[in-house]
Amino acid sequence: MSGYEAVIGLEVHVELATATKMFCSCPNEFGAPPNTNICPVCLGLPGALPVTNAAAVELAIRFGTAVGSTIGRAIFHRKNYFYPDMPKDFQISQYDEPICVAGAVVVPALDEAGPTTVRLVRAHLEEDTGKSVHVGGTGRIHDADHTLVDYNRSGVPLLEIVTEPDIRSAEQARAFVNELRAILALLGVSDVKMEEGSLRVDANISVRPAGSTTFGTKVEVKNMNSVRSVAHALEFERARQIELVTAGGAVEQETRHWDEADARTHGMRSKEEAMDYRYFPEPDLVPIAPDREWVERIRAAAPAQLPAERAAAIAAAAGLPANLAAAVAYTPGLADWVDAEVGAGADVTQAYVWASQEVLAHLNETGKTWVDVAPPPGTFVELGELVGDATLSKKLAREVLADVLVSRRRPRDIVAERGLEQISDDAELAAIVAEVVAANPDTVERYRAGNEKVAGFLVGQVMKSTAGKANPGVVQALVRSALEP
Amino acid sequence: MPATARGIASAVRSGDVSAVDVVAAALRRVEAGDAAIGSFLRTYADTALERAGRVDAAVAEGRDPGPLAGVPVGLKDVLTTEGIETTCGSRILEGWQPPYDATVVQRLRDAGAVDVGKTNCDEFAMGSSNENSAYRPVANPHDRSRVPGGSSGGSAAAVAAGFVPVALGSDTGGSIRQPASLCGTVGMKPTYGRVSRYGLVAFASSLDQIGPFALDVADAALVYDVIAGHDPMDATSIPHPVEPVTGGLDRGLDGLTLGVVEELSSGAGFEAEVLDRFRAALAEAERAGARVVDVSLPSTAYALSAYYLIAPAECSSNLARFDGVRYGLRVGADDVEAMNRATRAAGFGPEVKRRVMLGTYALSAGYYDAYYGQAQRVRTLVIDDFAAAYERADVLVSPTSPTVAFALGERTQDPIAMYLSDVCTIPSNLAGHPAISIWCGDGAAGLPVGLHLMAPALAEPLLFQAAAGFEAVLGTKAAAV
Ligand SMILES: [Zn+2]
Repeated sequence: MSGYEAVIGLEVHVELATATKMFCSCPNEFGAPPNTNICPVCLGLPGALPVTNAAAVELAIRFGTAVGSTIGRAIFHRKNYFYPDMPKDFQISQYDEPICVAGAVVVPALDEAGPTTVRLVRAHLEEDTGKSVHVGGTGRIHDADHTLVDYNRSGVPLLEIVTEPDIRSAEQARAFVNELRAILALLGVSDVKMEEGSLRVDANISVRPAGSTTFGTKVEVKNMNSVRSVAHALEFERARQIELVTAGGAVEQETRHWDEADARTHGMRSKEEAMDYRYFPEPDLVPIAPDREWVERIRAAAPAQLPAERAAAIAAAAGLPANLAAAVAYTPGLADWVDAEVGAGADVTQAYVWASQEVLAHLNETGKTWVDVAPPPGTFVELGELVGDATLSKKLAREVLADVLVSRRRPRDIVAERGLEQISDDAELAAIVAEVVAANPDTVERYRAGNEKVAGFLVGQVMKSTAGKANPGVVQALVRSALEP
Repeated sequence: MPATARGIASAVRSGDVSAVDVVAAALRRVEAGDAAIGSFLRTYADTALERAGRVDAAVAEGRDPGPLAGVPVGLKDVLTTEGIETTCGSRILEGWQPPYDATVVQRLRDAGAVDVGKTNCDEFAMGSSNENSAYRPVANPHDRSRVPGGSSGGSAAAVAAGFVPVALGSDTGGSIRQPASLCGTVGMKPTYGRVSRYGLVAFASSLDQIGPFALDVADAALVYDVIAGHDPMDATSIPHPVEPVTGGLDRGLDGLTLGVVEELSSGAGFEAEVLDRFRAALAEAERAGARVVDVSLPSTAYALSAYYLIAPAECSSNLARFDGVRYGLRVGADDVEAMNRATRAAGFGPEVKRRVMLGTYALSAGYYDAYYGQAQRVRTLVIDDFAAAYERADVLVSPTSPTVAFALGERTQDPIAMYLSDVCTIPSNLAGHPAISIWCGDGAAGLPVGLHLMAPALAEPLLFQAAAGFEAVLGTKAAAV
């Protein structure tokens, strides 16, 4: 089996984060009641005409300039086929003159083999279709009683990103999708929520003897609804094809659906017809002719670094391990927020430690995004000041931060309300130390007999009786002086 | 009561005549006379009279009621009207009430015009005789045994019959100018992109334009000035400001060079009486100070063929949406695909089916370049030919139609003969240029002959000036009633 390698190319559909749809002014939002974000244009009513949303073009150009695509004149084509959730029975898409041509995404190293460059064929703009809901039976089209169609998604702007067949394993495909998501999120091109369908991945996969330069017969895999299912589906399909070929069989060119439930790909039951989409230039739209100046303005306004570069910069500036720096850099919005705190006076290392530990732990536990929980600006600055003036221990500071992420309140308000100020008052602490020393004569004995380690126990007792609010440095000093004969 | 649009508007604006009376009179004329003509598929008296009442109220309150105050208008049934059935002359849209108004409809109403009804037409504007209407054919008001031309035959007939002073049509290959010619009215197609197509149910998107019918050039000019202009809802709409045409109508023909297009004014298909009237008109023009030269548009030999690839190709895609899923006719079947097929089979007439099939074929993989691609190259050649001709002439002229109105039924079994009706008008659509048809006299049987004037893109002021200049020496044909 190890004599074979997979050859994988991906087609990624990304919903663009515009306020309005691709060709009309309906809101582009997820989750509205069915058929409420619709108008004559996105319903394809007779007589209605599309007008290109410049914001969608701008986001496509922002992506293209970030990954090194060539941006030039582009035109829309009509892709003709009948489908009930496609109201015009053609999709406005791009064909031989897409908005972004070529480009590449560098996927960071998975292992000692080093980073992989995945070249892009193109990225083109198109409109999304509506959504069919099959009612009755198993909820699938073949045994449904009837079908309802929601056109809210009809006309939502999509960027379809097509890679060259440069990917060689399922893991690499997963890493590529992660990298692409991070780039799209960083650029603000999309909210990349796979569970809401704003990022959808299809794959072409074939196998061949390792080292061969020809391609095997490719299979298209669809219905991979998470990054994890991309990896699982492609690994399954790779193994399936290798098994077929090594048994002397042949791979059939077909489209297969990934079934999450039984963790297998299935050939589509319906007969495979070669579709003729009868592409021709969309006569209702004029060509997109982005002038150099506009493209340069878009390029200049975009973040200067892609996530991988950002991670390296964070590791260097904050002295963070590479994996922690990457975790922050790949969390949309987080590094920008932290950098703003550092700019406002927070300590860079402290700030990134908080981000890579408390913040990421919180996001992992709750499944929320940074955008959902981001606290008011100045939170890390304030937290740093509370540690700096010894109001909070570092441990308590982490506790306060955890509270902030849930309550979004100011650290000082939390400290005041919960009475968390650190006790540094010598007299107050000296009295507590005296009590502890008096209550533990055995320990004092052992210390004086030369076992100095036991001082730690007494310090711990003081901390315990102050509910952790005592300044540990002061307690340490007071305990030692109380123990000296 | 005045008969012209400008006469009505002026009388309504001054308060001499009420818009309600004008509109009521128009509705009475339709009621009394249209059973024999069939120019309207439906009228809406209540809505129209209510709108006319608002025009009168504006006059009474001293507000500007607009340049078309109280003018009754017919709208070709390919223009959407909110809440008013819009069928495109097809069974597949029977009963469909659009939720929005076409931009031109809005512009007319804003100018004080009162649309009274939707006019008959060939199904989805495909035809040259109006016999492809799914509802009923239209009779030519000047000879009811003959066709009014098409596809905007209802609009042409409604004006020629004197029901309404002006009407809107759409012109993809001659669908305004050819019926105007056959009915003896003025019919004008603007530069592509000059009038918004938003709300025009598309036949062939890269060729369609909306334009006016009227009994004379000045009325057509008045309507053109109202409907022309940029519309952000139509991406192909031209952003340049409109140069009004009404101010330059009296400049005459003196000093203009008229280019007679050899390929569009000679040959076996042209009736002798058409060519006679055409030559007589040119002689009149020379007497009025115009210079007449011969020009050639050699690529127009392929224009008809190119048109019958491009227009069906675009129509095959534009008409795909009539699938029974969302609106209009639905013929039930076991699954969606069968429902689509049954609906389209029952809902479309034979000419629409013919063009959808032609267009589907022309766009198919392996044929695209030989058909659609080649046709687009012809289009470029036609544009180049026009540019060369406009080096030598200000305005180009030809007959509008090779023949006068033909008999109902005469060409229905011969699509190619029907297609040849538009041989003179199609080149302007391929080039996107403005063109107009005016009356230039009657043939032996009293049937009108049309003179066709063409001008470069956005040269509407010149086109209307030349048309008005011709009209000054040729006169106008009175309404039939
Ligand atoms: Zn919409």
